Amino acid sequence: MQLPNKKGRFGPYGGRYVAETLMPALQELEQVYQSLRRKSNFKKTLREHLHTYVGRPTSLYFAERLSTYLGGPKIYLKREDLCHTGAHKINNTIGQILLTKEMGKKRVIAETGAGQHGVAVATVAARAGLKCEVYMGTEDMARQALNVVRMRMLGAKVTGVDTGSCTLKDAISEALRDWTANVGDTHYILGSVLGPHPYPMMIRDFQSVIGLEARQQILRAEGRLPDLLIACVGGGSNAIGLFYPFLKEDSVRMVGVEAGGLGIDTGKHAARFATGSVGVLQGTMTFLLQDENGQINLTHSVSAGLDYAAVGPEHSYYRDNHRIDYASATDDEALAAFHVLAKTEGIIPALESSHALAHLAKVAPTMSKDQMIILNLSGRGDKDVNQVSTLMGLTGAITGGEV
Amino acid sequence: MGRIEATLKNVLLMREKSLIAYVMAGDPTLAATEEIVLEVDRAGADLIEIGVPFSDPIADGPTIQKAADRALKYNVSLRDILALVANLRKQTKVPLILMSYCNPIFAYGLPEFFKEARRVGVNALIVPDLPPEEAGGFLPLARRELIDMIFLVAPTTPDERLKKILKAGSGFVYYVPLTGVTGSKLSGKAEICERITHLKTHTDRPVVAGFGIASPEDAKDLGQAADGVIVGSALVKIIGTAAENPNYLSDLSAFVASLKGALKPAG
Repeated sequence: MQLPNKKGRFGPYGGRYVAETLMPALQELEQVYQSLRRKSNFKKTLREHLHTYVGRPTSLYFAERLSTYLGGPKIYLKREDLCHTGAHKINNTIGQILLTKEMGKKRVIAETGAGQHGVAVATVAARAGLKCEVYMGTEDMARQALNVVRMRMLGAKVTGVDTGSCTLKDAISEALRDWTANVGDTHYILGSVLGPHPYPMMIRDFQSVIGLEARQQILRAEGRLPDLLIACVGGGSNAIGLFYPFLKEDSVRMVGVEAGGLGIDTGKHAARFATGSVGVLQGTMTFLLQDENGQINLTHSVSAGLDYAAVGPEHSYYRDNHRIDYASATDDEALAAFHVLAKTEGIIPALESSHALAHLAKVAPTMSKDQMIILNLSGRGDKDVNQVSTLMGLTGAITGGEV
Repeated sequence: MGRIEATLKNVLLMREKSLIAYVMAGDPTLAATEEIVLEVDRAGADLIEIGVPFSDPIADGPTIQKAADRALKYNVSLRDILALVANLRKQTKVPLILMSYCNPIFAYGLPEFFKEARRVGVNALIVPDLPPEEAGGFLPLARRELIDMIFLVAPTTPDERLKKILKAGSGFVYYVPLTGVTGSKLSGKAEICERITHLKTHTDRPVVAGFGIASPEDAKDLGQAADGVIVGSALVKIIGTAAENPNYLSDLSAFVASLKGALKPAG
């Protein structure tokens, strides 16, 4: 069975809940994407751009010291942090900018949380010579200031959004409003497997390059498939990108890690599958954090990229049928894992990816030495250095020392 | 033909165009909304649209976003708003239209919502983030409870889609005369009127224009072609002054009267 179906549904999830003004643009996008994706020219161009500009394939790295430190299975890191611009986000933007040109649109807009998607859009827009405007919550602008500067250097206009929680959710709403007003000449490059159809499908497809490569690489290195895949889940694009090419392999278990914030029972988190329920937000039906009246709750995470009230609809589907398990890691657990990776492997991970690492630290010791895990290291932590050092200063919770 | 369509057609028989006034429920308080609706009714609105506040209103501009924030500060819920309608129904016969995003309705429960909406006297429903493609769960319930589902038509809507929208909806056709969110600036009125005239060749139902209509002049100009106009943000702006303006209700009333005046034949 092919998912999503023609109406953009993954079981009951997904769909296209948008204002009428955007419906024709979404239909056009779907049509252009469906026709291009099969064309060998398009596939060849995309492959070339991913190779020569993004730097793919990214390596699948055996993290030997980390494996020893955690005392369990062999741990491989899929190094999306080595992509140009520092995260997996560009796998999607490089595809969508080709569609933008095909549709003849002159301007692109985007939302961004951690700023990684915004930087990835600003980058491909600069390279394509297109105008670019990025919406970003003012709270995220403060905690990811470095990425704001990067986007501006790349020629993008960064517009702060100070409504609601001043984070990713509000940035998406503002981008949707901009798109509604400028749909004639503007393409909206959404950054995760969220929003109305065809975005969740299309972005999954662009991100599947992660899993396709990882699969070949692990077979070459180990001669067999891994036992477990781990990735963090905000909207869930890096996770579905890694998981998708392994879904049919029953022997491969998968865990998506949501942001547990200050702890699930504090209510200050972004773990949709822990306490959420089904609803519609920003164009799609999926699991949301909402109150009993259907108002969207404010979320909390130390990581701007995971700080969002909804999860990609395809994740809701695989959660229901138990193909993918979902867990959460708290701010403190993620910060601890951040330091462990830096000190064992010399890699500073993004705070988003640190949530996946935190879960790894919990499960690896329970597994045997002849097992294998692939963890998606979705981004690098340069952008988080300021925030983490501030947090260290404030709490003193994180100590230096050797591991 | 339901109450909504009949009301619009009766107004046309008087050689006038209809004024549909939009207010946000719970802004500044639910008690105030009750007074506001009755005042707007007295001042000449032919139909009244009651907005259900939502935390993430993607089709709304800053004016209505702020109104929703004001209402949500006191946790105004769809349940409260249906109770408000029940109260209003004891005091006025004016056709009432609820405008709500999907999620508060899903959270309430679709069948329960439609049943209660009918019981309290709601005549129609507008859901700005529900295109006909996604309305499958709504339409049979709306029909059963005799509530009109009103869909939007945008400048970007091609004729093939128009047929689908006209088939799904009832009551009136809601034409959005601009690409943008509520409260945006209107431009190119002559073309808008042409587009409305074109739309009317596809349907016998009244065509009403809404989004961006901010003054009696706008109402008069679009009323040349449309069977009615919806005014929202401009009214919500006046209501937004409630905290510092003790006369906001009479200001609102005078503004509504001037809008309605612009929709009556000259002389």
